[in-house]
Amino acid sequence: MAETRSTCPYCGVGCGVIIESDGAQIIGVRGDPEHPANFGRLCTKGSTLHLTAAAEVTRQARLLQPMQRLERGGEPRRISWDGALDMAASKFARIIGQHGPDAVGFYVSGQLLTEDYYVFNKLAKGLIGTNNIDTNSRLCMSSAVAGYKKTLGADAPPACYEDFDHAQCLFFVGSNAAWAHPILFRRIEDAKRANPAMKIVVADPRRTDTAEIADLFLPIQPGSDVMLFHGMLHLMLRKGWTRPDYIAAHTSGFDALEATVRDCTPDKVAAICGISEDDLLQAARLFATSAATLSLYCQGLNQSSSGTAKNTALINLHLATAQIGKPGAGPFSLTGQPNAMGGREVGGLANLLSAHRDLANAQHRAEVAALWGVPQVPDKPGKTAVEMFQAAADGEIRALWIACTNPAQSMPDQRTVRRALERCELVVVQEAFATTATCAYADLLLPATTWGEKTGTVTNSERRISRVRPAVPPPGAARHDWSIAGDFARRLEALLPVHGARPSLFPYAPDSEPGAEAIWNEHRESTRGRDLDITGLSWSMLDTDGPQQWPCPSDRAAGVYGNPSASRRQIGKTRLYEDGVFATPDGRARFVAAPYQPTAEQREPRYPFSLNTGRLRDQWHGMSRTGTLGRLFGHVAEPAVQLHPHDMAQRDLKDGDLVYLTSRRGSIVMPAQASEDMGRSQTFVAMHWGGEYLSGRSSTGDTLAGINALTTPAFCPDSKQPELKHTAVKVLKAELPWGLLAMAWLPADRALQALQSARALMKEFPFASCVPFSAGGALSPEGDPERSGVLFRAAGHDPAPDALLAHMEKLLGLDAVDSLRYVDARHGQRRTARLVRAGSDAHLEAVLLGGDTRAEAWIKPLLQQGLPAQALGRQLLRPGATAPAGVSSRGKVVCSCFGVSESTIDCALRESVGSEAERLAALQGRLRCGTNCGSCVPELKRMVRAAVTSRETVGA
Amino acid sequence: MKKLKLVLIGNGMAGVRTIEELLKIAPDLYDITVFGAEPHPNYNRIMLSPVLAGEQTIDEIVLNSWAWYTQNGITLHAGKKVVEVDRIRRVVRAVDAKGEITEAGYDRLLVCTGSNPFMLPVPGNQLAGVIAYRDIADTDYMIDAARTHRNAVVIGGGLLGLEAANGLALRGMNVTVVHACDWLMERQLDGTAGRLLQQTLEERGLHFMLGAQTQALLGNEAGRVRAIRFKDGTELPADLVVMAVGIRPNIELAQQMHLHCERGIVVNDTMQTVTDARIYSVGECAQHRGVAYGLVAPLFEQAKVAANHLAQFGTGRYAGSLTSTKLKVTGIDLFSAGEFMGGEGCEEIVMNDPFGGVYKKLVIKDDKLVGACLYGDTMDGSWYFRLLCEGSDVSGIRDRLMFGEADLHG
Repeated sequence: MAETRSTCPYCGVGCGVIIESDGAQIIGVRGDPEHPANFGRLCTKGSTLHLTAAAEVTRQARLLQPMQRLERGGEPRRISWDGALDMAASKFARIIGQHGPDAVGFYVSGQLLTEDYYVFNKLAKGLIGTNNIDTNSRLCMSSAVAGYKKTLGADAPPACYEDFDHAQCLFFVGSNAAWAHPILFRRIEDAKRANPAMKIVVADPRRTDTAEIADLFLPIQPGSDVMLFHGMLHLMLRKGWTRPDYIAAHTSGFDALEATVRDCTPDKVAAICGISEDDLLQAARLFATSAATLSLYCQGLNQSSSGTAKNTALINLHLATAQIGKPGAGPFSLTGQPNAMGGREVGGLANLLSAHRDLANAQHRAEVAALWGVPQVPDKPGKTAVEMFQAAADGEIRALWIACTNPAQSMPDQRTVRRALERCELVVVQEAFATTATCAYADLLLPATTWGEKTGTVTNSERRISRVRPAVPPPGAARHDWSIAGDFARRLEALLPVHGARPSLFPYAPDSEPGAEAIWNEHRESTRGRDLDITGLSWSMLDTDGPQQWPCPSDRAAGVYGNPSASRRQIGKTRLYEDGVFATPDGRARFVAAPYQPTAEQREPRYPFSLNTGRLRDQWHGMSRTGTLGRLFGHVAEPAVQLHPHDMAQRDLKDGDLVYLTSRRGSIVMPAQASEDMGRSQTFVAMHWGGEYLSGRSSTGDTLAGINALTTPAFCPDSKQPELKHTAVKVLKAELPWGLLAMAWLPADRALQALQSARALMKEFPFASCVPFSAGGALSPEGDPERSGVLFRAAGHDPAPDALLAHMEKLLGLDAVDSLRYVDARHGQRRTARLVRAGSDAHLEAVLLGGDTRAEAWIKPLLQQGLPAQALGRQLLRPGATAPAGVSSRGKVVCSCFGVSESTIDCALRESVGSEAERLAALQGRLRCGTNCGSCVPELKRMVRAAVTSRETVGA
Repeated sequence: MKKLKLVLIGNGMAGVRTIEELLKIAPDLYDITVFGAEPHPNYNRIMLSPVLAGEQTIDEIVLNSWAWYTQNGITLHAGKKVVEVDRIRRVVRAVDAKGEITEAGYDRLLVCTGSNPFMLPVPGNQLAGVIAYRDIADTDYMIDAARTHRNAVVIGGGLLGLEAANGLALRGMNVTVVHACDWLMERQLDGTAGRLLQQTLEERGLHFMLGAQTQALLGNEAGRVRAIRFKDGTELPADLVVMAVGIRPNIELAQQMHLHCERGIVVNDTMQTVTDARIYSVGECAQHRGVAYGLVAPLFEQAKVAANHLAQFGTGRYAGSLTSTKLKVTGIDLFSAGEFMGGEGCEEIVMNDPFGGVYKKLVIKDDKLVGACLYGDTMDGSWYFRLLCEGSDVSGIRDRLMFGEADLHG
């Protein structure tokens, strides 16, 4: 068995993994104990990576051959790599020739490796001569970038993970790290344990799992962050908690800011933010007066029409209180994607150039042109994500090249995005998975390598560069993203009028490690003398000494800082601005006096709710990878919109009732779910639920596009990052009396295929959702593929046609002769169940409930948990929510790693005694829940607390 | 005062049940005389199948012992066949095996001559070893044949035919059921249930030839049947052929009496013959509102009405019967009633449990249960039949209907 050190492809924490493989097939994964990001730990997603690389998944979900779609909406056909790339090159050449370089656009991804990014960037800006290259990082980090640059002068998170151990105050805002960055949260829990004096403040419209650890929780109104920060500064000034000396010595522009915050009085702030003046004061005091305050922030600040202002207003606080440039202090932006940082380093955005250079800066443009050996790079700013798709929808951009991202799921205002994809003359989608919504719009589908296959580097949130290494060869005809881009670029070079005979701009040996290294070296050279200078690093050093932080200029290679004595040298810079000198021309950090702006779409009588979106604990982005594992649907099984219980009651909604969720741009149908975590007049839907999982057919016959059918394209004027975190919506009960629930266990080699086929049927119903499921349970140490199934839920005004239901039954193996059936066609009642005998007992293998689906209450757990069903027989066809005698459920799985369910934990808690901490420890000792990845610990704590309080109330 | 004279022709279930009903309400109104062609007291004809199957004995299925007749002062002439009725003089004349003649006068006459099995009009249907299945004699004959012979063919896959086939198989014969339709018991079951039934019986060793047209019965030199030949030319060895292809009302005597007959003796709602008000007719020989019933339940209802009028109460009226069927083959539960085949304006609710070998179909029309066909689990048959007869609105319990009375109240 071979072991390969690489990184996790999910969030920006950048955990190291050790991939176990038999050379051809990945068979296991574990945390890399030596990686400084995670020291051996992995979260629920990371620890199941090997399952997403199982042969069955590869065969059913991966894109394995170049494909060409001869007509839109048709079935794609296989085409050779040469055929595909020649066609792409000639079409690009023609469009560029006829309409100019700005008639094409590249939309790439924060999940690409630095090398992939570098080549795409060079292709667009160096060869074609357009800045129309943007990435999904635009939806993720661009506000953080703009915030850092405006204040500190460079796009560089000054802090590092070590700072958790030195901080005396953690200020979380707009970050649910407990779910979005689980391993960091584990480190924070450790830090709190080691230093109970450390205070934790959490500001978030939702009471998230992150809030569980908070000493002070500020449930602020959506989008009111700037007012909160200004209000805190107002109080700091009033109380004399600022550091005039530091302000005088190292900053500029404070007077203007002072004027701005002057009228941000506590009463006003409390009113706008929806918090108490006392809590506001507490927050200001903890932030300013703690020995070291580290703020941790993410999409809550970034995905906003005032995203940059939110970032700068927060950084203002750090500068005004000198909470920066020292251990445990600083504004720490938690990156959403594994390599958004690397993308920014190579300038892979429409407004950036290589190595944090600026497009607007003629000097920078000249440097880059020189580096690349081209006459010039274009000065006209390129189209950012939202603008790019708008331009395509308007016919301005005629060819789109999309790599490693799924805009037909993740971009706001899907109607425009889809119009863009339909209108484009050529849509090239370079993807690892064949299952994304965007693939359906592609004229050309190019199979790319992915986790476990790629070679290159990534940079995580703390500026740490790690090597990504292949454990297995690419499946099918898949190629590395940079190889595909380079191969295409060389073909395009031949077709474009080049200025003088010059050697290829892309002399990288295709699909080889030397090729990747050559690209990285080119990138390294571009950083010379820049804030992110890595000329002190080498490819081999990354191998011998492991992951390194930037900056690391050549003169640092001797190990001036970091810890030279360590076995694996850490020679990069751990923390920035310790000398108080910032990356601005005058070395002074700049205060930004941006006034508070409300969200772009305000709640109003016609749209009285705020819609917030965000991550789930066990899912990632559009779920092209996590969505292949039923196990990862154990924590949250199906799409739902969360509302405050009172809002539910007011609208006469019960859990599971279907509602129309409608914004100015679109409407979708989904089940409502009461949640105490929500504020009044606020709703939450996970960002993951795209049209692949949540769809249906509108009254006008359009296919519903998932959550981003609703979200607004309004974006921050500085960062151009859209406000995915706030949309005004209305919630109306949907009267769709006819229900359908169909679920079945399926053999591993068919499950995902069936999932795809079932998905294709979603558009036949006014509402439908389609997800995989599994039994949970502990992970198999051998990494065997897990038993998985498909769950399809739908609703309609009238019963679905028999043919459609028969088709569904066929997909789920319910067409077998030994299926139990109940049919009352006239009343739209149809129930089918299939038992499979195993010796003396029998288990429910598949079931379809059409019409009255209340039996779901007992039949779903019966199937999912494989409870004995031999005694039930025809009882399985009974209507109604009351289970036949002898059916009991385990409840939802809380701990995915060990498959520990709610009811099991509740039982254990009933007998537990002692303090909350002791009970939790007892729980973990007895059931092992929360002892592997720990992602469920906050939930366990909440359950412990609930148990204690309920006991007290009972006792009282 | 002098009692009226009541004569019953036909010592069978229908007639004797009428007498019983009569005795309950008017014990002393009549001098009663009963003529029966068979040399037995009244027995439960429909229990002949268990007898054939060896599960019961003749004695066990006797309904009215010799003693019963005497106790009730009834004159019984068993084994005497009525050959003539003088409606002018109101005298009945019968002869016994020895040719002796018995006469009896009547004020009221009850004609319960029942029905005759229908014999297929094919060459060889008179051969030895070719019988119908109607009475104790037939049953005894089959029981003997099973001892001495190997191959039995039952023509007719209806209720009676299958009971005969099952009985013969249980007695060790190699039995083939020949049936002209596509599935068994087509008058009582739909295709699905019919095929389920066939499956079960095949598992029990019975053989079936469905859609087979009998052309002739072939005999041996001894004049006994040896084989059956079909229209397609194929033959099947058979030392015993049981015809169970239906019954015909026995109206020979009635016609001779010039009572108006169609398929059966035409009677009105008081079970009086339309020709002669002194004469009643009850049972399989009677045709009421165009229907001559072949099942036991209606006969009993008719008997009640007839007795009521004989007792001179003159209230009851017979309005026809809804019938339901059960197959008396041990271990096979099937039930059907009403319009189980559905039809215009009918809605079907169907449940299929191949696991438990159960099939149920309920037919609903205008929110009323109008038909049911159950196979494998007939526990709720009587409940459905009740709902059917009551014609009550079931819309409120429609979704639970299939799962039975217990589920509804439990």
